[in-house]
Amino acid sequence: MRYFITACLVLWTSMAHAYEIEAQTEFNAEGATSTLSIISTTDTAVFAPVIASFQVANPQINVNYTAASSSQINTAIVEENAQFDIAISSAMDLQTKLANDGYAEAFDSSSTTLVPDWGTWRNSIFAFSQEPATIVLNRAAFKGQKIPQTRAELITLLRSQPKKYERRIGTYDVRTSGLGYLFATQDSRTSETFWRLTELMGQLKVKLYCCSSDMIEDVSTGQIAIAYNVLGSYAAARDDLAEKIIIIEPQDYATVMLRTALILKDSKAQRAAGLFMDHLLSEAWNEQPINQGQNLRRIPLGPGLLVFLDRLKRQQFLQEWSSAIFQ
Amino acid sequence: MNIQGSIYRRLMLQLVGSAAILAAILFLLFQSFARQLAVESQDTTLKASASAILESVSVQQGQVVADIPYAALAMLGNVSDDRVFYQISRGTDVLTGYEDLPRSLDDTSWTAKYRDDPIRLVKVSRSLPINGSLTTIAVTVAQTQDGLAQKLGEISRTAILIGLIFFAVATILAVWAARSSVRPLNIVAAAVSRRGPADLRPVTTPVPSEMAPLTQALNAFIARLDRSLSQSEDFIAEAAHRVRTPLATVRAQAEVTLRRVDKEENRVALKQMIRAVDESSRAAGQLLDHAMVAFRTDHLERSKLDLRAIIEEIVERQTPIADLKDIEFLQTTAPDCIVLGDTILIQNALTNIIDNAVKYSPNETVITVTLEREGAEVVLTVADQGPGFEADNINALTDRFARGTNVGQTVGSGLGLTIANEVAKAHNGTLTLKQSTKGSGACVTLSLPA
Ligand SMILES: Nc1ncnc2c1ncn2[C@@H]1O[C@H](COP(=O)(O)OP(=O)(O)OP(=O)(O)O)[C@@H](O)[C@H]1O
Ligand SMILES: [Mg+2]
Repeated sequence: MRYFITACLVLWTSMAHAYEIEAQTEFNAEGATSTLSIISTTDTAVFAPVIASFQVANPQINVNYTAASSSQINTAIVEENAQFDIAISSAMDLQTKLANDGYAEAFDSSSTTLVPDWGTWRNSIFAFSQEPATIVLNRAAFKGQKIPQTRAELITLLRSQPKKYERRIGTYDVRTSGLGYLFATQDSRTSETFWRLTELMGQLKVKLYCCSSDMIEDVSTGQIAIAYNVLGSYAAARDDLAEKIIIIEPQDYATVMLRTALILKDSKAQRAAGLFMDHLLSEAWNEQPINQGQNLRRIPLGPGLLVFLDRLKRQQFLQEWSSAIFQ
Repeated sequence: MNIQGSIYRRLMLQLVGSAAILAAILFLLFQSFARQLAVESQDTTLKASASAILESVSVQQGQVVADIPYAALAMLGNVSDDRVFYQISRGTDVLTGYEDLPRSLDDTSWTAKYRDDPIRLVKVSRSLPINGSLTTIAVTVAQTQDGLAQKLGEISRTAILIGLIFFAVATILAVWAARSSVRPLNIVAAAVSRRGPADLRPVTTPVPSEMAPLTQALNAFIARLDRSLSQSEDFIAEAAHRVRTPLATVRAQAEVTLRRVDKEENRVALKQMIRAVDESSRAAGQLLDHAMVAFRTDHLERSKLDLRAIIEEIVERQTPIADLKDIEFLQTTAPDCIVLGDTILIQNALTNIIDNAVKYSPNETVITVTLEREGAEVVLTVADQGPGFEADNINALTDRFARGTNVGQTVGSGLGLTIANEVAKAHNGTLTLKQSTKGSGACVTLSLPA
């Protein structure tokens, strides 16, 4: 989270909060009569245009935007009872758990009918973007070389040149990253190549990351050659690095994460939250999403997502993952 | 008639009422059955889920490990968007899941409240050997009941629709049933009321067995009526004959005696006697005629009558009497003067009118009889050149036994115009008494619908 908007925004980092808010930004509108508090995993810079266009239509609403990690969001809402109106997160499992445990308010409006069936659960969680997990490669490292298009090809490549790729692969540290954990668990459900790949990455002393942006940065500088399970949307957003990296949607399957928003039950600004939701959803679903390739595997919303959040299940998965990674 | 209630309406009410009760029962049964089915199906899914989770619980190095299958919870999401809760416990220790989930001692399914919402829970358990001793591991899976409520709402709507359709069909059938039950009654009623007055045959229309007693009673009544009617008619004719015959004998005897008797006072007495006999005879005849008229007006025997023919016949019959007084008849009768009526009654009325004209006209006068059509009516006018009616109370002359004071010695009973008037009324016509427009004389008009 390294892009902060400074112009005309008040910005500070709050260390005092127990849930360690990373950055809280106030988008003040002139003549505003109410304030909408959003807690979100999306970087402030990435989300600022959405808020700006929202405020053009609704100048009476101030927006208080807090960027946080998915587990921080969970802690803030479940344990600290922090006052937020909307939670936006890439961690579909945690969002589902929030809704399942009664922290989300059901919402119904003309805009929610735009959301496809697979993009909503209980009329509480609403998807507003689909983002595939990709493999990002350093362009220089793969110069004149065949680009792996599937996990199997990646495995073959790593096996054939272990020396070249040792310590030059990166992936999420699923113990700390909520999104990394979600991608990994869904991978493990989809195909057993995941475990072969994980084991192989373990043998090649994989570098573990907290976030996609760090991985993209390191690939672009050539510190690592391959980053696995990187948010494609983040990589594609880095126009400045387009010359240096190659983004690959694996042809065998690409896990697609739905970025979702929900209105919190405790919200004191339900009306403003509804307006924001309408804005977000109508922007997102105004045009029917183009039918994507067959290799895209959308993570389904629903109680299934609770499974890997189970304490024992998580313990077991992490154990297995750790023994594959740290050999 | 004393009408109380209606068989048709009562039948309808009873049938529609029972249809409504049946529809309500059907609805309730359907709904409770649907609820049971819905709850059972939710239980089945919950149980499948709980069993799958329980299956994944194992003991590894003395540790209870649970590897919840993804499908165990995902499959609950396929059925409805309900919130899902689960718990794996060992005795009273919660190993994982929702710690505060309601508990039950046995493996069962039940409904409880959790976090303000009603939930359906299913608990399954099994024993696992941990460190050499068997320990019970229980898995509880629960779900809110939003989907169930929604499904039940839909089913209720369907049930209401089915109930309404059932009710509508039953109502249509009820109308049909009630109509067809009452139809034989209507058929018999129509058959009986269509009959002519002289038709006193028994009812032979086929009737259902329930109506047999009524029809039998009706037939017995008709037979009795038939008998008493023919008896009455016979009786009237017989009575007239019985009264007139002895009177005629007395009169004849008195005439004969009058011729033999010379003493003036005896002659006067005899003349008074003859006159009294004439009065009695006339009165008896008119009384019986009146009785007959009253009797026949109750059941008119209508047929097409040509009034012209009847008039001509009566005039012809009166001519000898008129000739005695040098009275001349002047007839203007139009053809096509057809009326629907009872011959005997019409003849009787016309005879009385013409009889009056002859009786009350002085010698050597003319009686004008006119018959013509006036629109929808046939009008008969009899005008004479006699003294005319008494001006004061013309209409009272149609009362029974009413006679004018100008009748002098003329024999009469005062029933003639009464009979004519009653006949006119029975045929929906009118009898009008006026003074003749041409100078003196009475003018009697009888108009009947053509
Ligand atoms: N053509 C007529 N001219 C004058 N008066 C008449 C004429 N017809 C009837 N009346 C009067 O009306 C009265 C009633 O007539 P109605 O025919 O009812 O009785 P009636 O002639 O006296 O007796 P009957 O019953 O024998 O005919 C008569 O008594 C008479 O006074
Ligand atoms: Mg008379």
